[in-house]
Amino acid sequence: MITKPIHTRLMYLALFIAALLLPLYVPDDYIFQIVIMSVLYAIATSAMNLIIGFTGQASLAHGAFFGIGAYGVAILTKAGISFWVALPVSALIAALVGVLVGIPALRTRGHYFAIVTLCFGVIMWILAGNWIELTGGHNGIFGIPQPTPVRLPWLGEIEFFSQTAQYYLALGFLLLTLFGLHRLIFSVFGLTFMAIRNNEPLADAVGINTFTTKLIAFVSANFIAALAGGLYASMIGAVSPSAASHMLTFNFLIFVILGGIATLSGAVIGAFAIPIIMEFLQFLGDYRMLFFGALLVVVIIFFPQGLVGGLRRLNQRIAVWRQNKVSE
Amino acid sequence: MELFLQQVFNGIMFGSTYAIVALGLTLVMGILNIPNFAHGHLYMLGGYITFFFIGTLGLGFWPSLVLTLIVLGLLGVLMERIVYRPLTDQPHINAFIAAIGALIFLESLALVVWGPQGLRIPNPYPQNFELLGITIGLQRLLVIIGAITLIFGLHVFMKHTILGTTIEAVAQNREGAMLNGINVNRVSAVTFAISSATAAVAASFLSPIFMLSPSMGAILGMKAFIIVILGGMGSIPGAILGGYILGVIEALGGGYISAAYKDVFAFGALIIILTVKPTGIFGKKEA
Amino acid sequence: MLSVKSLTKQFGGLTAVRDVSFDIRPGEVFAVIGPNGAGKSTLFNMMTGTLKPTWGKVFIGEDEISGRRPYQIVARGVARIFQTTSLFDQLRVIDNMMIAYKWRTGLGFWNTLLHTPGWKKYQAEAFMNAMETLAFVGLAEKSEQLIPTLSQEEQKRLAIGIALVSKPKIVLLDEPTGGLIQEETDRITRLIEKIREQGITVCLIEHKMQMIMGLANRIAVLNYGEKIAEGTPDEIKNNQAVIEAYLGGEIHA
Repeated sequence: MITKPIHTRLMYLALFIAALLLPLYVPDDYIFQIVIMSVLYAIATSAMNLIIGFTGQASLAHGAFFGIGAYGVAILTKAGISFWVALPVSALIAALVGVLVGIPALRTRGHYFAIVTLCFGVIMWILAGNWIELTGGHNGIFGIPQPTPVRLPWLGEIEFFSQTAQYYLALGFLLLTLFGLHRLIFSVFGLTFMAIRNNEPLADAVGINTFTTKLIAFVSANFIAALAGGLYASMIGAVSPSAASHMLTFNFLIFVILGGIATLSGAVIGAFAIPIIMEFLQFLGDYRMLFFGALLVVVIIFFPQGLVGGLRRLNQRIAVWRQNKVSE
Repeated sequence: MELFLQQVFNGIMFGSTYAIVALGLTLVMGILNIPNFAHGHLYMLGGYITFFFIGTLGLGFWPSLVLTLIVLGLLGVLMERIVYRPLTDQPHINAFIAAIGALIFLESLALVVWGPQGLRIPNPYPQNFELLGITIGLQRLLVIIGAITLIFGLHVFMKHTILGTTIEAVAQNREGAMLNGINVNRVSAVTFAISSATAAVAASFLSPIFMLSPSMGAILGMKAFIIVILGGMGSIPGAILGGYILGVIEALGGGYISAAYKDVFAFGALIIILTVKPTGIFGKKEA
Repeated sequence: MLSVKSLTKQFGGLTAVRDVSFDIRPGEVFAVIGPNGAGKSTLFNMMTGTLKPTWGKVFIGEDEISGRRPYQIVARGVARIFQTTSLFDQLRVIDNMMIAYKWRTGLGFWNTLLHTPGWKKYQAEAFMNAMETLAFVGLAEKSEQLIPTLSQEEQKRLAIGIALVSKPKIVLLDEPTGGLIQEETDRITRLIEKIREQGITVCLIEHKMQMIMGLANRIAVLNYGEKIAEGTPDEIKNNQAVIEAYLGGEIHA
């Protein structure tokens, strides 16, 4: 439908190649670990963007669904089930919980929806901290097995024990997520998400089943968040209640807003750039969150479209300026 | 029976705090239609400011309480002006995000200044006495008396002063009030001042009993939201009644069922009730 | 075609619409008129599922539609536009049209995610229909534009286009010329005539008496929530109750 100009395509190709070659120029293991985490956050943040950015429903339970995936994989793999079974099963559980929560929650609108989902998020966080038999309480679960090797025809056995292998695994999931989201969003079906965000009564009046459409966006977002959570548990090797907390939801929200809400690239840029900026600001200690809290307020007031939106506006201005220059 | 009465007493004490905090929130939400997610964090900051006056400057309890009230009142005005007013005409999701930014800012501020470990304010009234077989701490009783006085004071202010009735008029019908020439911006600022000052006073009363921590505002803020939704946005009696009911239910649930899951009752109840009635129990009908 | 039977709506103690009945015949332009606050929009909202009637029923043919959700009513061939021009103003003209066509296609989650052969077919079909309808309402050249760049009249045309794109049997237009000047009103009137020529039944609410008298086949008049008259424009013009309702003044046609 919308065909991207050639230089945008080239830019995406360059980014893709840069991402593929990243293990060659990453300076040390520590930074590499942060990069891998950023890839996982980018998956979860892109999913959050689907429900918050494109569909306009402020779901604040996203961290809880990330947590369901993380705890699901942790518990199942420790019980001896293969990672490759545990991951989809955990994501499907998250999707099912998403349906059960979504059916009552999506009957509410605006403020109410945000508060109901936040309450659900807090309940999951409390459960993670107190259901000791299942979750290990506040200490969480340790010694989660890493993804087991897979045997592929032609390529032979692939293992995921090295950082490089885990990076490519995470990157593969990110690309798959973006591919799927791209298909959903740039289609007539995806337009119905934006229709609900833009004008729900009209969406109703033109024959869209708004409830079902919102539920699909919510459940898809939760499914993907749980996938990211499952990968996280397996790669870090441990989970604790902070992997299911509302603070995690707020972090995702910061990534989406600063990167650029309702753009596929914004969520990814936010999820990559901010954890790395946070590393560079390590010397600030707890002052970092002070800074990001204030930044969130400033950005939403003055640049509600975030970095990507700001760049787009700049691009348009340059185009207009050039046109004026030519006509002079 | 003793356990029951003890829990009811504790429930009324927590309920007093909930009622005041929810009261402030219901005014702000009713008037500005802004979900001030940071409301619980203003309460938290109130506790720390009280600590600053008592613990750091060595002032007495009552002067500290008054100073806390003034500081937080000003902070409320500042927050309305800086964070929320620029977003009045924006999509409602933007106000949420700003609120979350403010919340992160306030929580980190407490963390940076006072550290993550719990702080305690010396209890000005540590005496206990027995009544009906239960032990009653004087400071705990003071929480209840203070809350009732505050609620009564607010009631008089809302019903018998021009500013108060104006606020209530705006809470009930923003457009109508604007058409009648009411300066909604000024009303907003005053409401924010009252809302955060009362939350701060609630914190001042309660902080000699419980440890202060930067994260204590988050859960309380959420409970205040639950009360406001169930009691009806902008409804003052709804907030007061809801606050006390939640306090007692929680104390009984915590005492008889499970202390660890005491917070789950409130959040679970909200989800169940909104399932049945998506606009809250006394919620205004959406047009 | 579409029949309204004893429709009543109470808000608290207030009765906004009381016991209104009428039948709209296939292929006609049926107008509902009445002074401000006569309950016209409430009536419309009940006919399209936005409001639940307190009493009474709405039928399309033999099929009862009252009590159904708006999207189910649209799927039975009843499309509407809102009184205040209501569009998806963050999106382009063509997007607005394709969203309104979506329910006619199988463009669901799985088809879209898997890009099935059906998806390609439906996407093309949605685009074709959207462009065809845009041409019909005179906006074909504007298809790529964003809504805020359109004029008032163009926005009204687009709103009508959104109602028409999914090929309804009947369109309900709530003040399609509200806020427009005379010339623009005339052009919209011609568009409505064109819709009737296509065999689509039209039901509209209007204030502009002159326009209605020239356009409508039949008219129902509401006053204080009750139907006080129904008939051809000539019958309405000479109806005593109608003349009194309009401040005792004469209706200028």
